Amino acid sequence: MKILIDLLRYNREFLLGSICIAIILALVVASFFAPYDEMMTYVVIPDMPPSAEYWLGTNSRGQDLFWQLAASMRNTLMFGVVVALVSRVIAIAVGLVSGYLGGRVDQVIMAINDTLNALPNIPILLLLVFVLRDQMSWPILAVTAALLGWQHDSRLIRSVALSLRNREFTRHAVFSGMRTGKILWREHLPYVMPIVFYTTMNNLIWAIGLEVTLSILGFSDINRPTIGGMIYWANAHSAMVAGIWWWIAVPMVFVVILFLGLFMLAMSVNEYIDPRSRLARMGA
Amino acid sequence: MHDVLNAKAKASAVAPKNVLTVEGLKAYYINEHFGVRREVRAVDDISLTVNRNEVYGIAGESSSGKSSLIKTLAGAIRPPMRVVDGSVKFDFGGREIDVYAEPEQLKPARWRHLSYIMQGSMNVLNPVRRVKHSFHDFAYRHMGLGGAAFWSKVRQHLERLGLDPDVLEAFPHQLSGGMRQRITIALATVCEPEFIIADEPTTALDVLVQQDVLGLIKDVQARMQASIIFVTHDMSVHAAISDRLAIMYAGRLAEEGATQALFDNPQHPYTAHLIGSLPRIGDVRIRKSLPGKPPALSDPPSGCRFHPRCPLAIERCSKEVPQMLPSATGGRVACFRAGEAVAS
Amino acid sequence: MHGFLIYLTKRVGQFLFVVFTGVTLAFLIAHFSPVDPIEQTVALLTNFGSTDPRSVELLRQSLRELYGTDGSLLEQYFTFWSRVLTGDFGPSLSAFPTPVSTVIGRALPWTVGLLTLATLIAWTLGNLLGALAGYFRNNRALKAVGVFVMSMQPIPTYIVGLTLIIVFGYLWPVLPISGGAQLNLEPGFTWEYVSSVLVHGTLPALTLVCVGLGGWFISMRSLVSNIVTEDHVVYAELAGVPGRKVFSQYVARNAMLPQVTGLALTLGHVFGGAVIVEFVFNYPGVGKLLIAGIYAGDYSLVLGVTTIAIIAVAAAMLVIDVLYPLIDPRVKLG
Repeated sequence: MKILIDLLRYNREFLLGSICIAIILALVVASFFAPYDEMMTYVVIPDMPPSAEYWLGTNSRGQDLFWQLAASMRNTLMFGVVVALVSRVIAIAVGLVSGYLGGRVDQVIMAINDTLNALPNIPILLLLVFVLRDQMSWPILAVTAALLGWQHDSRLIRSVALSLRNREFTRHAVFSGMRTGKILWREHLPYVMPIVFYTTMNNLIWAIGLEVTLSILGFSDINRPTIGGMIYWANAHSAMVAGIWWWIAVPMVFVVILFLGLFMLAMSVNEYIDPRSRLARMGA
Repeated sequence: MHDVLNAKAKASAVAPKNVLTVEGLKAYYINEHFGVRREVRAVDDISLTVNRNEVYGIAGESSSGKSSLIKTLAGAIRPPMRVVDGSVKFDFGGREIDVYAEPEQLKPARWRHLSYIMQGSMNVLNPVRRVKHSFHDFAYRHMGLGGAAFWSKVRQHLERLGLDPDVLEAFPHQLSGGMRQRITIALATVCEPEFIIADEPTTALDVLVQQDVLGLIKDVQARMQASIIFVTHDMSVHAAISDRLAIMYAGRLAEEGATQALFDNPQHPYTAHLIGSLPRIGDVRIRKSLPGKPPALSDPPSGCRFHPRCPLAIERCSKEVPQMLPSATGGRVACFRAGEAVAS
Repeated sequence: MHGFLIYLTKRVGQFLFVVFTGVTLAFLIAHFSPVDPIEQTVALLTNFGSTDPRSVELLRQSLRELYGTDGSLLEQYFTFWSRVLTGDFGPSLSAFPTPVSTVIGRALPWTVGLLTLATLIAWTLGNLLGALAGYFRNNRALKAVGVFVMSMQPIPTYIVGLTLIIVFGYLWPVLPISGGAQLNLEPGFTWEYVSSVLVHGTLPALTLVCVGLGGWFISMRSLVSNIVTEDHVVYAELAGVPGRKVFSQYVARNAMLPQVTGLALTLGHVFGGAVIVEFVFNYPGVGKLLIAGIYAGDYSLVLGVTTIAIIAVAAAMLVIDVLYPLIDPRVKLG
């Protein structure tokens, strides 16, 4: 808690990032109080510019952009969180086990790790989306994305775990007859937590970016509001040409706020964890 | 031996002034993070002089501030370390340089007059470039020689130091640790500087190579009549190479004097302890170690910094800071009970 | 030289393994599709009327082999491989009856050109700025550049591209926002055609550079700020080696090495960005082909592009890995 207050007071990135994320979270909370179902169309007058009544304007499908945005933020964040969580579990498991076992096993696991990392994600995801067609739902997409997005982080975690392997407390635990699983869970996991936290932020950014990209292309359930989906519909109605600029500006501005917020949080957290960059900062 | 003594006498007759004069030097690490200011007094009020053609040894445990001291002397400190007070003055044959008053003066003198042999021979040479590039980068500007003449001078120098000139074509990772250390010595002496700072140059090497490298440094020094500040925690190395010796403890000097006199008759209890802990042939007694450990420099004890571990400490030691004063053996010592200690 | 051979063998082995895994994965995804692509495609095709029945049969057969309905699973797998190795994915539906390989062959130079150029610019510029920012920590201009570059980095490719379209297409219309070259020009090495290609490539390349720059900048800056405390740099500075030389030969040169390896590792990611950029700017490369193929339900084309992408990315990584020992002398021995 004290760390949090200190960060807010002395780290500008953390403060700005927190503000951005607070705005986004407020929207997510607001989405639960929406006056009408987010999937419905033609509930308000179409094509109204931002005004006192419609804060962010309305679109050609007769939806209030504010409530659309709120619901989109919730859905998009949910997707990102699911991807981040699932891929975290894989990354931690692979990283800890590979680092702990070391030697040949480690080499084999890392070779597989690097191979998967070498495959281009987007074409494979697109192939899957294409093949599954209507069976594609966002949880399947999230799990697939999670399966594609852990290799980089497991390598980082493994390098920390590798250094823990030969530390005194590990030997101690081994000699005292502790089971391997328990050693990893109780002794090693706490050590890799800071780096896990940092990679989670980056993974979240990546996952949300992926979701935005796929739904802009129309490769997700287009009736379920998401940030990318909003842009998809705006494009489908040629909002730019028709002069309904707010339709496309609203999701773009807020997606930028979301990404910058997450990014600044990740940066400041990384700086807090890594004493070297902290030192460099003091030297300035 | 006779020659060396003669040379020494001649050198001091020509230029009686000290090559290096340090007065009241204070250099602290100052950290400020999340609103907390921390100060580490790594170099705290040190004065000393180094004569022409002399090996001046600095001894002390790790974290006694000896590395910080020589970094400060060489003008090589970076933030968060800062010089708070005092001065460092070099005199290279009449050319005076005040390191911290006019830092620009030192730049052209580097390597020409003042060079450096660093600890950790492993990493001192650029790992991705050939050895010859290091020689070119470091020395070419100073020699005032054309390409061919420069390289023949470098090769000559390497041969004189017993090194095969073909090492110039090698990458550092292709050479052994001892070889790399010999190359850094060659690199540091190729311009024949008046002053060399050697920071634990033998520490990372095994004993046989250590002897060899030590001999090499001595040899070069005698031939060039250079002054050397030689830093190591290893008292037996000091016994072999240093003309005068300074003992550092927790950022301050404890004692300074001619090496022989210091070993024969240590005035400071800490010096006595360091010498007493050296093993001697035929001695079967178990060495006593001092209780406690060196103080944290961020929060040093009051008065004499050695008093919590000193077997001779009296009340005064914890209240007053002892000054460096002339000692009975012709050196200087900072202790209220100077001369009472005996090397056990 | 012997050490280098071992290194080379390892890298080629890794390349083959990546290709093997990727192609197998593509096969499995395609194979376990819940819809029957063959009849769906043929139905789609015959809806358009006048079609040559022999070409339709060719399409039917290639789809059957690619998506596997003939023979056992293992047999299908081998047939799939023989198709991949000969580059024969059958005729494309959306450009019927042109073979998929011809369609991809036409698009590939666009993507390779755009990606190579944009990646090289982003990598070089990002590393240069990052190295300078890491070396001159207190320089205000570099700090400002850093903030700008880094805030671009997390934003999705699509958003950056769209913003550039709005700025340079609508607000200040100076650059073309669609296509690879002016349509009425004859392709060839004429001044008009080449300059048209360059002008059309500016915004797509700029998008990729904007998105890629930040990552290189951040990692290079932190690499450099670690390297400046290393012994060989401190030693060179103590020796009074001129600042420019220390920066280029002792700091940047050494920090660059992990960045080259990093370049190989991010190529897959970069390719994903190219798909989006080509879609946004209607650029005639394989990325646009892929998305158009999906919209048109062109199975052979989608599978062909995916497979080619996997192989091409792995091949580019291999090239970087093989060239790496030229800049890092330490690899040759191990």
